[in-house]
Amino acid sequence: MNTDLLHDTTVLTRRSLRHILRSPDTIITTAITPIAMLLLFVYVLGGAIKVGTGRYVDYLLPGILLITVASGIAYTALRLYTDISGGIFERFQSLPITRSALLWSHVLTSLVANLVSLALVVLVAVAMGFRSSAGVPAWLAVAGILLLFTLALTWLAVIPGLTATSVDGASGFAYPLIFLPFISSAFVPTSGMPGPVRAFAEHQPVTPIVNTIRDLLAGQPVAADAWIALAWCVGLLALAYTLAMRTYRSRLA
Amino acid sequence: MMGGLTLTQRQGCNLGVMTTEHAIDIAGLTKSYGEHIVLAGVGLSVPAGCVFALLGSNGAGKTTTVKILATLLKADGGTASVNGYDVAAQPAQVRESISLTGQFAAVDEVLTGRENLVLVAQLRRVENPGGIADDLLARFGLTDAGGRRVATYSGGMRRRLDIAMSLIGNPAVLVLDEPTTGLDPQSRIEVWHTIEELAGQGTTVLLTTQYLGEAEQLADRIAILHQGRIIANGTLAELKALLPPTQVEYVQKQPTLEEIFLAIVGHDRPRLQGPNR
Repeated sequence: MNTDLLHDTTVLTRRSLRHILRSPDTIITTAITPIAMLLLFVYVLGGAIKVGTGRYVDYLLPGILLITVASGIAYTALRLYTDISGGIFERFQSLPITRSALLWSHVLTSLVANLVSLALVVLVAVAMGFRSSAGVPAWLAVAGILLLFTLALTWLAVIPGLTATSVDGASGFAYPLIFLPFISSAFVPTSGMPGPVRAFAEHQPVTPIVNTIRDLLAGQPVAADAWIALAWCVGLLALAYTLAMRTYRSRLA
Repeated sequence: MMGGLTLTQRQGCNLGVMTTEHAIDIAGLTKSYGEHIVLAGVGLSVPAGCVFALLGSNGAGKTTTVKILATLLKADGGTASVNGYDVAAQPAQVRESISLTGQFAAVDEVLTGRENLVLVAQLRRVENPGGIADDLLARFGLTDAGGRRVATYSGGMRRRLDIAMSLIGNPAVLVLDEPTTGLDPQSRIEVWHTIEELAGQGTTVLLTTQYLGEAEQLADRIAILHQGRIIANGTLAELKALLPPTQVEYVQKQPTLEEIFLAIVGHDRPRLQGPNR
């Protein structure tokens, strides 16, 4: 059973990775908005933002990475929607394969595509002067958190991918996610925000995730934020996976 | 050449003989969406080796029936079996036995024709996927186009590729859901010939169509699905017998526009070739 899932997922993942290789614009488009924000905030607005002693690009990068993932998963939903509306999804479902392989192949493809986009954004940040004193374990921890975050948002993206009735519906759900970092510690410290905004900013998932990645990249020990960040990612992942699987099964009713 | 076989001579399709071997058996099938009843108790049997046409207008329930057979939808009531396997209890075996080509050619446009075939061959776990892909490309006159992306294919080429994909793994039952809807006249004739030659080789084909001429041309047996029920079922001769007796009239037959169109543009179409190229 498990080897079947592995075989079918591998074959189908190879297919959707080939799609990405043949239209690399989806990866570039994913990376362009975060890179533009990086440029805008570092070179235009950053001079007026006080975040302590370090470089602003170091402060900004973690939030930009989350925005990259949030815009990347719009394509995950879009690819799934395209497969369903084009009929190829039903063709695959009518074949004697492990059916969950269909979703897993899209999830794995999403992880790969987002990883490439994230690498592009980090490269641009390095060119802009981003430096990190983090060692290998800290970088691995950063990669782990980003992977978990991408996985959670990917399963979330599966839901509109399965249910959308238009292209706009399939990708539109990502916009609120892209803007969530703006009301967090991603761009400016939350301490300067008025009461209710600050309360929201400090209790939404982006702030602890951003703080954790920032601490790790700065080579500092992580605070209690790390556990909250982990709890948000795992909780979101569990919820999104459950809802996505339920949605998937109800399609066959 | 199998194409020379006429429909009435088809081997394996034992018309008029009651055989126990049915490739498809459906009884009392019901399906509704809320208040809207799509299937109100559909029953039919398709003998192995036959071409069976399910005829009905849009919304009659053809695609719903087909989707239940292909385990893509669950019925509310009734039973359906494919190749002896129950669609509800043994969906995995049903999917081994059936191949579905949808109303809208479900091919991957980003991949090449050959990649599409290899993909399905790998998913169906047949040996030598590349060799099977090359054989099918040759059989369906797509060898030259095999390396091109499907996005560049004509409607008829896509539909041929679609049918070629559904033959991989030699499924016992081939379901063609409106295989010629949206095709130009030449492509439609291409697809007809493809189906005739498949039938000549003994594949059981369930064909849904809203074109009466298509059912008349291709099918051994025809069932008419109307408002979620089978209202007629039999051979063309049996269905004709339901109507008032033949009247003899003398009429001058003008060529139809389709005949004129085909006469002007010619009948060029790739023939199916034997599996040994």
